[in-house]
Amino acid sequence: MNINEQIKNVISQNDICLFMKGTPEAPKCGFSLAVSNILKTFNIKFHSVDVLANDEIRNGIKVYSDWPTIPQLYLKGEFVGGCDIVKEMFEKGELKEVLKKKSLI
Amino acid sequence: MPLTKNELEKMIKEAFPDAIIVLEDSQGDNNHYSARICTEAFNGKTKIEQHKMVYKALKGKMGNELHALQLETMGK
Repeated sequence: MNINEQIKNVISQNDICLFMKGTPEAPKCGFSLAVSNILKTFNIKFHSVDVLANDEIRNGIKVYSDWPTIPQLYLKGEFVGGCDIVKEMFEKGELKEVLKKKSLI
Repeated sequence: MPLTKNELEKMIKEAFPDAIIVLEDSQGDNNHYSARICTEAFNGKTKIEQHKMVYKALKGKMGNELHALQLETMGK
């Protein structure tokens, strides 16, 4: 299975999927920390992938989404955004709406 | 080699000639910027599309020469 398929599987098998640097308990980048903290405010389970542990995924995810940076958040298979967009959506209450619409909260 | 503020502004201006750009070198290291960009080109586009347009204007430098670019984008 090539890296693209591996990524597709991880994203499709996890309703909330966060590609980040480090882990939610030990984030290794401020932007990754910000997004994982935002998710934690909703008290929901989410799957995180530490891209620092696997260079193939770290580069493959950028090709997969045509998005050059980490973190990257996916909700029910759909790319929602990186830190700026997720933060902006959160501050405007839009993220809660999307989570509700996708019956994730 | 990081990107100077002028180089970054020039690349954005080239892609969005009508843009109003507020650019800050947030850590003074030519590597962590925040940018507020307002242009007609963003009208009717989703946030993801708007940000992708900016990344395209940076011709592959985002995530390479340029480590972090905090983006705020809006149409006119």
